[in-house]
Amino acid sequence: MSFHPKMAYGATFHKSSRQLEDEGPSFAYTPENRARFDALVLRYPPDRRRSAVLPALYLAQYQQGYITANAIRHVAELLGITRADVEDVVSFYTMFYTRPVGKFVLQVCRTLSCAVNGAECVTEALVDKIGIKPGETDPTGTFTLLEVECLGACDRAPVVMVNDAWHECQRPEDVSTLVDDLKARGEGALSGCYHVVEGKR
Amino acid sequence: MEPILTKYVREPNSFTLDFYLQHEGYDALKLALTKKPDEIIEMVKASGLRGRGGAGFPTGMKWQFVDKKSSPRYIACNADESEPGTFKDHLLMERNPHLLIEGCAIGCYAIGAKVAYIYIRGEFFHVQQILEKAIDEAYARGFLGKNIQGSGFDCDVYIHRGAGAYEAGEETALLESLEGKRAQPRNKPPFPAVVGLYDKPTAVNNVETLCNVPLIVAKGPAWYSALGPEKNGGPKLYCISGHVKRPGVYEASMHITLRELIEGHAGGVRDGHTLKAVIPGGSSVPILLPDQLDTQASFDGIQKAGSLLGSAAIVVLDETTCMVWLAENLLHFYRHESCGKCTPCREGTDWLHQILRRIERGEGQMKDLDLLQSVADNIAGKTLCAFGDAAATPVLTTLKHFRHEYEAHVNEGRCTLPATWRARQPVGTTH
Repeated sequence: MSFHPKMAYGATFHKSSRQLEDEGPSFAYTPENRARFDALVLRYPPDRRRSAVLPALYLAQYQQGYITANAIRHVAELLGITRADVEDVVSFYTMFYTRPVGKFVLQVCRTLSCAVNGAECVTEALVDKIGIKPGETDPTGTFTLLEVECLGACDRAPVVMVNDAWHECQRPEDVSTLVDDLKARGEGALSGCYHVVEGKR
Repeated sequence: MEPILTKYVREPNSFTLDFYLQHEGYDALKLALTKKPDEIIEMVKASGLRGRGGAGFPTGMKWQFVDKKSSPRYIACNADESEPGTFKDHLLMERNPHLLIEGCAIGCYAIGAKVAYIYIRGEFFHVQQILEKAIDEAYARGFLGKNIQGSGFDCDVYIHRGAGAYEAGEETALLESLEGKRAQPRNKPPFPAVVGLYDKPTAVNNVETLCNVPLIVAKGPAWYSALGPEKNGGPKLYCISGHVKRPGVYEASMHITLRELIEGHAGGVRDGHTLKAVIPGGSSVPILLPDQLDTQASFDGIQKAGSLLGSAAIVVLDETTCMVWLAENLLHFYRHESCGKCTPCREGTDWLHQILRRIERGEGQMKDLDLLQSVADNIAGKTLCAFGDAAATPVLTTLKHFRHEYEAHVNEGRCTLPATWRARQPVGTTH
């Protein structure tokens, strides 16, 4: 959810000063994504195509990296809803990015169980190592650092989600190694979710 | 009690259909299809199964309330596990996905639905992939789809991926999100059992709840309810995290006490430290103190002790935890996750967080304590969903039990318990 960031607390706010998403380059699904879209829309009743807005936005985000006004328009046209309907959803859910993000989006869980196991120190170590603050992307476009709320793996705290993959039991002192490994090996550097890892054994 | 739901979770292939079928998998569905739907509802009612998502409402009654005159009807499985401290459904879906699929199918049969949507939180992408594969397997072998096992019963199960909203775990907000809107709660009544998804009768059930249904059908309600204390039957998954030696998911009968869970299963507080407080049911419930450890960890037991079992997310805190910091941490969560629909919650969570941050940084005044109390009291009970009460709870419960820590912050002008596991600098608000 991201209600508060849109509401510029402490500053004068008027609806006319609302920030709209970047227009971005022209957008249409690739044929593969269009086929995926056509398949997933069938999961919902024919008169309820709007239900597919979240999966449709995920497709757009995977294709382009972030959501632009043109992507919003494309999704709205395909679903037969207004652009405002889609924008309403994009601005509410935190997993949609409305600005370009780095190749690796590092999302450190900051909620209680992770925090009491050192998540704040993990974030600090990442800030020191990469040289960006939470919410920022480094100039090379490699890393975006975010603090997120409970990821639901409190037994393997602190947890860092990197794009869609998980990295568990991240100690602050090992952050530097993780960052270097990610640069060298990509997502292969991550521990993964331990249940999945054990399942493959 | 021997684990039942999680009996095979450490086996390498426990998530495959072959493994599941070798261990009596889908027998309950086959048996259910030989009975009348009403019989299944009666069985679930007789078992006393209570919803595992947090409220503990009897599942059989929920299914009975589903309006059978209107159709189509739906099951919406709540897999949006996001209550801080909770990670049980995560384990079940990853290591025992077919149990959930079987539970969904039986649930659909019982209430006369043909479609179940599993609303899974967006962060569980790896879980979703496992679940999707399991659903494909189930279709291929005739446990989902048309004419299941030759019974004439059709059932589809679809996954719907959320996108990062705690509020989507609230049952009506979940339905809104499924309909392609913001995850904001609806006014109740009407309840989803009458007007739910697409305005049709819908049963919204937690993952663990649905996973219990095949057990009840296969082994009978009497066996099931005898597993736990009266009205708290069946196996229960407990998520233990925080300052313990062995955090994890532990399955037990609800006869078990908090002490047995924390000191037994989870190995107790880490070495050299002492227990300070326990949050027994996720961040939204009141704190229990060390002298209450012998409380029975059942819905009714914890309630009697003055808290709630909630999602059975037990967060253990040792003496290094500053309770003002804890309230600030949790209010940062609630401030961020408030859906913005009801003013007391939308504005109040931000106020509470600002005041708490001020006190934690040593910039607070004594009158801020009364202000906290007043703002929290003005949120609780004044919102459409339980989020408001949940957000007020960390403030009210820490003020009640640890007021002296708040006063020390004000008197000394600093945090009196700066633990080594916290940031060197006070953490700012990043979004």
